[in-house]
Amino acid sequence: MSRDMNAYLREEIQRTPFCPGCGHGILMGVLLRAIDEMALPMERVLFVSGIGCAAWIPSPHFKADTLHTIHGRAVAFATGAKLYNPELITLVVSGDGDLSSIGGNHLIHAARRDLDMTVLCANNMIYGMTGGQVASTTPEGAETTTTPGGNPERPFDLCRLVAAAGARYVARYGVVQPLLLKRAIQKGIRTRGFAFIEVLSPCPTQFGRRNRLRDPAETMKSLKARLISQRQAKSLTESERASRIVYGEFASEDSDDLEGRGRDA
Amino acid sequence: MSRSRTEGLLPPGDYYLSGNEAAAEGALAVGCDFYAGYPITPSSEIMERMAWRLPEVGGTFVQMEDEIGSLCAVIGAAWAGAKAMTATSGPGFSLMMEPLGYAVMTETPLVIMDVQRAGPCTGQATRVGAGDIMQARWGAHGDYQIIALSPWSVQEMFDMAVQAFNLAERFRVPVVLLAEEAVGHLRERITLPSEVTVIQRDRDKTRPPFGSEEPDGVPPMPAFGDGADLLVTGSTHDEWGFRKTEDPEVQRRLVTRLSRKILDHRAEICSVETYCMEDAQVMVVAYGFTARSALHAVRHLRGEGLEVGMMRLRTLWPFPEEAVARMGEGRARVLVPEMNLGQIQGEVQKAVDCPVEAYHQVNGEVIPPSVLLKWIRERSL
Repeated sequence: MSRDMNAYLREEIQRTPFCPGCGHGILMGVLLRAIDEMALPMERVLFVSGIGCAAWIPSPHFKADTLHTIHGRAVAFATGAKLYNPELITLVVSGDGDLSSIGGNHLIHAARRDLDMTVLCANNMIYGMTGGQVASTTPEGAETTTTPGGNPERPFDLCRLVAAAGARYVARYGVVQPLLLKRAIQKGIRTRGFAFIEVLSPCPTQFGRRNRLRDPAETMKSLKARLISQRQAKSLTESERASRIVYGEFASEDSDDLEGRGRDA
Repeated sequence: MSRSRTEGLLPPGDYYLSGNEAAAEGALAVGCDFYAGYPITPSSEIMERMAWRLPEVGGTFVQMEDEIGSLCAVIGAAWAGAKAMTATSGPGFSLMMEPLGYAVMTETPLVIMDVQRAGPCTGQATRVGAGDIMQARWGAHGDYQIIALSPWSVQEMFDMAVQAFNLAERFRVPVVLLAEEAVGHLRERITLPSEVTVIQRDRDKTRPPFGSEEPDGVPPMPAFGDGADLLVTGSTHDEWGFRKTEDPEVQRRLVTRLSRKILDHRAEICSVETYCMEDAQVMVVAYGFTARSALHAVRHLRGEGLEVGMMRLRTLWPFPEEAVARMGEGRARVLVPEMNLGQIQGEVQKAVDCPVEAYHQVNGEVIPPSVLLKWIRERSL
């Protein structure tokens, strides 16, 4: 993290909790830069996270109100805080297992309710903190500690799921696309209503080493190579698309101006 | 401080309400301004009333997707500054156990009204039971203390709703109003006071929000948006909220304080009532709706000249051990009737030296006065 972002970090916390090669540190930096550029009033920003590696992105690092909750329920906690005090700029930052597996019900209902909050889902396609078990986002065939013969199940397409539930803004980018990701986060925060951003964030430690992606640099390169735009995806056959990840915006309404949300207003 | 009736609250006077309606009005009177819940028999009337009454007093209501989310939303709102509550019954109360533990660990003031039905599981949804007494005490994992109150009338549904919010604020702890279906659905006359006592939250942000240096063990609690940079976590944490998940001393200190702040204030929290105890050889210990039948029986038996009295437990947790021990001293026998297979009976036995006998009824119906009359008489002659 460069020095200019230090103002957003608690002085007491100086170490990253993330493994070498983890994408979450990049997301952390992109998120802070997005916030910094928007000059959000930090005393009104509330970060809510659940349980798992990604939940550590805001807590305890960010110098703001942070609510580090139980597993799967971050969106439900955020719902109460936001409904009671609509002035809170509410950002949920958590992982794929937390938000979409154990917490999937809260996610789709918050999207249906169209609560004015932004949910960042750091998707590493595995349960990282608990040692690399299969997740509802693990690709078919991938090896995990609980699918030693390869994952027999299909993964969620989180963006399609949340868009179908009624979210106003839905996007997917990888941490290898920091500028696009930053713009999407800002757009999500500006959206008056429910915004969901899936952030592909590789896990070399738990996912990579069991799936021939042990080297962090290789993991990042592999992710970058798999990402294709929606336009590119259209020209591919279904089987060609199967190994790729489509990035871009999957729902986007006219996002409001930045009234009351920083200097770009 | 006390709170006079503000706009939207019912004027003082006599009303004819159900227990569930009275509990909702009590919550509003003490300043509850957030409700999140999920429908469940026999508690739904609380939620339905809050759905139209909260907007009238400027509060916020949301029906969540399940009971887990309901209690989570209540905790989120509480940290945003709300006096928040939910209401439920057995199956929903079971689902709430993990966030209940979070509320204990993060010292979040809130109120859960559990209108008990006959369990286990789906059981008899419309019938009465008192089977959640131990669940309220031990339902979430780990060592902790909470507060649970046991109302016996519609009036007490109102009064104890007020008391529950005040205890929650005073001790920064979840408080459970352990009502039973019978009192939730009972309609009787109730008198609403012109004002009620209200304990307000200390939102001082200069002192640590999870501090251990407070003389009474209860730290201040700023809200999100107060500029306190709150760090709230269910993991073991120090006085400012920083995670200390491998420090034995921080763990010991926190878990001990969470219990001590309740146990050290038992005299302030616990409330009992006694009836006809002066020269009683036999003491009946009862709570909730069962105490109505028990008191009827005791008064009748006094008329027959039997030396029998009754203690009614208004507080179930922390258990009013000292009051039971003191009042039970020198009695020949203690009788405990319950609408379960014996949950408070054991607590009573721990407190007294004389033999304790229990009457258990788990048929989904209230214990009739005639049954207790006979049962107590046989043990008092």
